[in-house]
This record gives sequence, structure tokens and C-alpha cells, in this order.
Amino acid sequence: MVPLSYYLVLSGILFACGVTGFLIKRNIITIFMSIELMLNGVNLSFVAFAAQWHQLSGQVFVFFVMVVAAAEATVGLAIIIAVFRTRETLNVDQVNLLKL
Amino acid sequence: MNVGPFILVSLVKILLALFVLLTAVAYTVWLERKVVGHIQNRWGPTRVGPFGLLQPMADGVKFLFKEDLTPPHVYKPLYIAAPMIAVIFALTSIAVIPFGDWLDIGPVSTMLQISDVNIGLLIVLGVTSLGVYGIALSGWSSNSKYSLLGGLRASAQMVSYEIALGLSLVGVIILSGSLSLREIVDAQGGHFWGFIPKWNIFYGGQIVAFFIYLMAAYAETNRIPFDLPEAETELVAGYHTEYSAMKFAMFFMAEYANMITVACIASLLFLGGWHGPLGGPPWLQALLQIFWFMARVFVFLFVYIWVRGTLPRFRYDQLMAFGWKFLLPLAIANLVITALVVALRS
Amino acid sequence: MLHLILFSVFGLVCVAGAINLLVQSHPINSALSLIVVMGSLAVEYLLLGAEFVAAVQVIVYAGAIMVLFVFVIMLLNAGEEERTKGSRVSLLIGIPGMIMGSVLMAWVLITHSGTHAVEAGALPGAPREIAQLLFHEFLLPFEVTSILVLIAIMGAVVLAARPEPLQPEGKN
Repeated sequence: MVPLSYYLVLSGILFACGVTGFLIKRNIITIFMSIELMLNGVNLSFVAFAAQWHQLSGQVFVFFVMVVAAAEATVGLAIIIAVFRTRETLNVDQVNLLKL
Repeated sequence: MNVGPFILVSLVKILLALFVLLTAVAYTVWLERKVVGHIQNRWGPTRVGPFGLLQPMADGVKFLFKEDLTPPHVYKPLYIAAPMIAVIFALTSIAVIPFGDWLDIGPVSTMLQISDVNIGLLIVLGVTSLGVYGIALSGWSSNSKYSLLGGLRASAQMVSYEIALGLSLVGVIILSGSLSLREIVDAQGGHFWGFIPKWNIFYGGQIVAFFIYLMAAYAETNRIPFDLPEAETELVAGYHTEYSAMKFAMFFMAEYANMITVACIASLLFLGGWHGPLGGPPWLQALLQIFWFMARVFVFLFVYIWVRGTLPRFRYDQLMAFGWKFLLPLAIANLVITALVVALRS
Repeated sequence: MLHLILFSVFGLVCVAGAINLLVQSHPINSALSLIVVMGSLAVEYLLLGAEFVAAVQVIVYAGAIMVLFVFVIMLLNAGEEERTKGSRVSLLIGIPGMIMGSVLMAWVLITHSGTHAVEAGALPGAPREIAQLLFHEFLLPFEVTSILVLIAIMGAVVLAARPEPLQPEGKN
């Protein structure tokens, strides 16, 4: 029997790691992966609450979060490829001019 | 059953299934060499043992004693891990594949399946999706042009055809109403019109889905006519160029284990699983069910090898166009028509 | 008891993978640790009884989205990260800030959410029930997300395509 707070703390740790990665990393792709980590942490808390209150809507919502994450990853990675083609770098600190 | 005997019986089943699968992989290689040889009007292996039946043993010994060379320019952790990833995910699907009904030996009553999960079919699809990593990572970590191109092409091809593969199976899921492989087979028992068995390919009308599955499976397992990523004339050897001895053997085993998994799923979902015409006492029933199942898998593998010996290979853009512009709309159309028919009937 | 052991083991794997994602400098290592995190999260979902969500997590998230990430990392040949002034500043401020924030959040969660225990397999999420919900109560979001995916596909194809060379002026 695992208390609900354990699941929430695990979800919080994953979310915090995601935010930390978003702040400290300089590679665009790694920043994007930290965003996916944040989304995963949130998914876990959705499923944990769904189990506690016996409502399947939580699990259905996780489904939607995954679909939106897939769409966002697709478009985001396409943008990254387009940025790389013009700027020749993946370091966010160097993509700081509006016009080359 | 209590926990102790359950664990013991499960361990026996796991070891047996692994042993049978690995032997089947070795002898599928032998079968392929013989059949392709005969198609090309030559004998195939004949020297080692009668009909060359000990050839897989000789190959195994060769792979064990060959020099395992690690080129200096590779990214070592992934280079060593990638073939292991490929093999692990290729061998995992056997855990949810049922070979027959129940088996009662004395006090032990067990089903002929390692574990019957409610979502068995989704687990097979998930493990197939994870198998892409073995190929992508091996192509990248080898740090060479041919490997990278081969790995990228192979992963793009596998990801594209996974969609058509999954969609062709949804028609079967609608008909049987369950994702558990055992229940899908149970829904195909019996006969209609007297003697034609109620397999999904006849009674369920999934003949189009069967052909979509066949073609998507050839692309998933990187076999001719979809084997551009590992074609000798194009890319030296594609993603496994830089691998030698045991690691190469692991990729080889992974490819054939994937073929066998795909053949098992096709037999279970479209060709009626283990149902056969003969009856008998319960112990004979169990053996016969395993025999019918193996017979279907063998026919499927024979068709695989037959196609390999006969057809030329697709060019890469033809391959991708075929998967996205032909198979995917056809699979969706099959899904819509099956859903309509089931909804109108009930 | 077994539930607690399994939860702790896979929870530790999740956290270790997440911290490894932060610590590694090469993006491919971060991608692989994220795949490990997603795999152990799938096991956590199974512990809560959400079998369909766990399978979809493996098939969609770990088996398709992360393949896309690994693809882009291989294509763009992303190398190891460099340490710039910006990254040192953010390390100095970001990590202590996040640790303080997460300790505060964990304290609030543990003191206020009580000790309601969730048993193993608490809410069996069989595909049939989820499909009932998805196609009846959540039909509008379902259709809207399918249009969203279509837009994302079109957008990705347009954004990642090689730019067409402009026609020179004096060409007939």
C-alpha cells in the first residue's frame, strides 16, 4: 500500500528535474527533452489521482497529453532542424540575433 | 495454484520457450539457405550433417571463435549495447504468444503461454517499436558513413511501416473484441458452411488486412523486398557494417527472431491460431495444437523465404511512398469497412 | 509490501534517469536516460492499474517520440555541450533555486495530501472502459486533437523541407 503522496513526490521530482534541465542546459534538443520530462511527471500525477478517486477521466486525459506532446515534439524538432540549417549551431546562447 | 509451483512451472515454460525459440532461429537460417539455394538452382548447405542439418551448429561455433574486433573510432558504450538491445527486444515477444490451450499433467494445470496479459497485442506492438533503437543506435555509434545512412534509413522505414502494421491489426481486434491473444484465437474456433474454418482471414473477411500485415511485416523486419538498409550492393552492410563475430550474430539472431514473432502473430490473428481438424484425448490435444501452430508458422516463414528468393528490392523513395501512400490509406479503409460491418450487424 | 518495493525500485530508476539527463553532456546520453525514465514510468502506471496507458506510453512516447529525438540528434550530429558564461550562471542560480522550490513543494504535498493509500492496481484501466469514455464524454477533444495532429504533420513537413532555390532574374 503506497500512500498517494509518494506518487505525487515522485511526479514532483521528475517535474523539478525537467525545469532544472530547461534552465541549465544550453543544447536546444536537451532543453526540448526536459520539456518532455516535465510532461511525463505531470502524466504520473494524473494517473495517481485517477487511481485515488476512481475516475477513469484521469487516464483519458493522459492519453490527450501524450498526443499533444507528440504533435509538439514533431513541430519543435522541425523548427530545430530549420534553425540548425541557417545558424549552424545548436547552442541557444549563440542563437541570439534576429537577422544573421 | 500456489505461488511456489506457479513460479516453478513458469520458469520451466520460460526456459523451454527460449530454447525452442533460439533453436527455431538457428534452423530458420538453415531453411532459408536451403530454400533460397533451391530457388537459385543449387543445393544450399549439404556437407555438414545429413542435408546440412548441422550447419547452424557449425555457424555458431564459427561466431564464437571469430575475432571480435572493436574499431577504434566507434562510440564504445552504444556500440556494445546496441546489438544487445536488438536481441533483447526481439526475444521478449515470445512471453505473450500462446501455443495452445490448457495442459493438464497430473496436479499441474497450466496454459501453453508464458503469461496471458489483457493487452498482449499491445505489448507485442510496443516491443516491436522499441526494437528500432537497436538499429538506430548501432548505425550511429559505428561512426561511419555507410552505417549511419543504413541506420537512419532502416529506422525511418521501420517507424513508417509500424503504422500500417498496427492499423491492419485493428480490424481483427474489432472482430474479437479483445486485445488478449488467447481470446482472439478463441474467437476463431468452429466452422461455417460445414467445413470452412472460422479463421479471421475467411469468416472475418480480413483478407486485405492479412496482405497489408504481410507487406508491413516484411518492411518491419528489413527483409526483401524492403531490405535496402542492409543491401550489400548499396551500403556494404548498412547498420551492421562495423560489427564482427558475436555482435553480428546477435543482429542476425534478432532479425530472424523478429521474423518468427511476426509469423506467430500472423498465425494467431489471421490463420486461426492452434485450431485443427483432429480431436483426441487431452494430452494428444495439447500436442496437436502445438503442431498446428508450428505448421502455420512454418508456412508463413516459407512464404517469407520464398519472397526473398524471388523479388527484387524497392528503391528507398519507392519504399516510403508504398508505405505512406498505399498501405496506410488501405489499412484505414479496411478499418472503416470492418467497423461499419460490425456495427451494422449488431 | 511488494507494491512498496516495486514502487521504490522503479521510482529510483526514474529519478536516476532524470538526474542522468541533467548530468550528461552529450545529447544522445540524455535521450537514452529519458527513454529509461519513460520505461520505468510505464511500470509505475502498471502498478496503478493503468494498463492501456502504460502500453500507449511505451508505444507512443518511448517508441515513437523518442525515436524522433534520437533521429534528430543523429542527423544534426549534435556534439557535446560547451560550458559558456551563460551556462555557468544558470548552474549557479538554477540548481539551488530548483532544490529550494522542490523541497518546499514536497513538504506541502506530504503534509497536506495525507496518507490515503493507493493499492496496487487500484483503477483497472481496461481499453474497453477507456474507449467508452473517449468516444462518448471526450469525443470533442478527441476530434480536435486529431485535427491538431494533422496540422502538426503538415507544419513539420513544411518547416523541415529544404528551402527551394530562388529563380534567378533573367531566366526564361
